[in-house]
Amino acid sequence: MELSREQIERYSRHLILPEIAVEGQKRLLSSRVLLIGTGGLGSPLALYLGAAGVGKLGLVDFDVVDRSNLQRQVIHGLSWLGKPKVESAKARIADLNPDVQVEVHREAITSKNALEILREYDVVIDGTDNFPTRYLTNDACALLKKPNIYGSIFRFDGQATVFDTARGGPCYRCLYPEPPPPGMVPSCAEGGVLGILPGIIGLIQATECIKILLGIGSSLVGRLIQYDSLAMKFRELKLRRDPNCPLCGDNPTIHELIDYEQFCGIPKPDEKKEEQQTMIPQITAPELKAKLDAKEDFLLLDVREQHEYDIARIPGATLLPLSVIQQRVGELEDHKGREIVIHCKMGGRSMQACQFLQSQGFSKVVNVAGGITAWSDQVDPSVAKY
Amino acid sequence: MTRNVRVQYFGILREQRGCGEESRETGAASPLDLYRELAGEHGFSLDPENLRVAVNDEFRDWDSILAEGDKVVFIPPVAGG
Ligand SMILES: [Zn+2]
Repeated sequence: MELSREQIERYSRHLILPEIAVEGQKRLLSSRVLLIGTGGLGSPLALYLGAAGVGKLGLVDFDVVDRSNLQRQVIHGLSWLGKPKVESAKARIADLNPDVQVEVHREAITSKNALEILREYDVVIDGTDNFPTRYLTNDACALLKKPNIYGSIFRFDGQATVFDTARGGPCYRCLYPEPPPPGMVPSCAEGGVLGILPGIIGLIQATECIKILLGIGSSLVGRLIQYDSLAMKFRELKLRRDPNCPLCGDNPTIHELIDYEQFCGIPKPDEKKEEQQTMIPQITAPELKAKLDAKEDFLLLDVREQHEYDIARIPGATLLPLSVIQQRVGELEDHKGREIVIHCKMGGRSMQACQFLQSQGFSKVVNVAGGITAWSDQVDPSVAKY
Repeated sequence: MTRNVRVQYFGILREQRGCGEESRETGAASPLDLYRELAGEHGFSLDPENLRVAVNDEFRDWDSILAEGDKVVFIPPVAGG
């Protein structure tokens, strides 16, 4: 394959770099890269890898574009609200560079389909937003001996490295052998994220991807970059393969994909329902509205943080953030015999608060499923969603 | 015997501590002792087995020995993307 006249123009700034040149550009054009997630990290990755002329880009994402994505997911635009992220990204890349063939996988990646999807690609980039998918991507890449370019973000901090067990490097399990207990590490939706941050971390991943495809430079294998945007500091930590790692260690015990939801302690949907029914009663947002309208006697407790309360609140709620509930539980002493209905943003933190208060002898705690987000959706759209 | 160390917090620990970095005089002999001391003061929600500790830019075992002037970084997992 020879570069066309148009391609020579398009890639001229690459072609005059001796480290890339015509051979390197041809190599990029025949490379296949899979992006897990087309969100914060996936957006800059897809844009820059597409512009660089990576011949085939696979996009895995089951989600649709939401207005709250646009603060950081720069590949998507207003005209794509409510439509699949992978289709939005595909359209943008088609406009940017017709040399790139985009393969969309509009589904969640699971233990059932992961090996089949990953097999078709040279490099996998992990830009997902949850622990089960991170362990799944890690294990699948190690089993298929493919490099896994890892990046993750939270609030003002980011991490990036390359896991490449085929070249003797460590894997994600060498870094974090066990996932944190469910709910202990908030997601970006719960904890927030600086919109620019995924741009920085995503483009570190993109840089590593191009270097691996071209075989130039020294890769991040064995080095974890820990980025602090507030201090504007990059810290580099040496990461070693753990000889006891169950996946890439000397005596591995993992030879196939497992159930990652279970591994991360996330109950299956039906179990979850049962557990919540027996443990903590739940009500919907409209049911809460009905209780308020009927002037029933109960305490409505909001366990979000003060700055979230300042954005939006349910009228009549008392604020006591989950982060201080252990220290300030005494303030609820007068309500011990009363029904306490608890809400947060989406229902996760309030469930933790319910469990804590129950353990402290508050017997009539009730969780509001879906939190204030469900309230905005189903009861009062004038309460802002954030 | 006490020693002065520089402690840095990432992710959820930064929020729970209320700052990203601090100097501290401590009697803790190991990163594990130091983490327990800090967790007791600030109510950290994560157990040591859920995070990693680095000393002077190298990952360390929790029971390694702390020295005067060490830079200790606690790194919890983050999953956001
Ligand atoms: Zn490993």
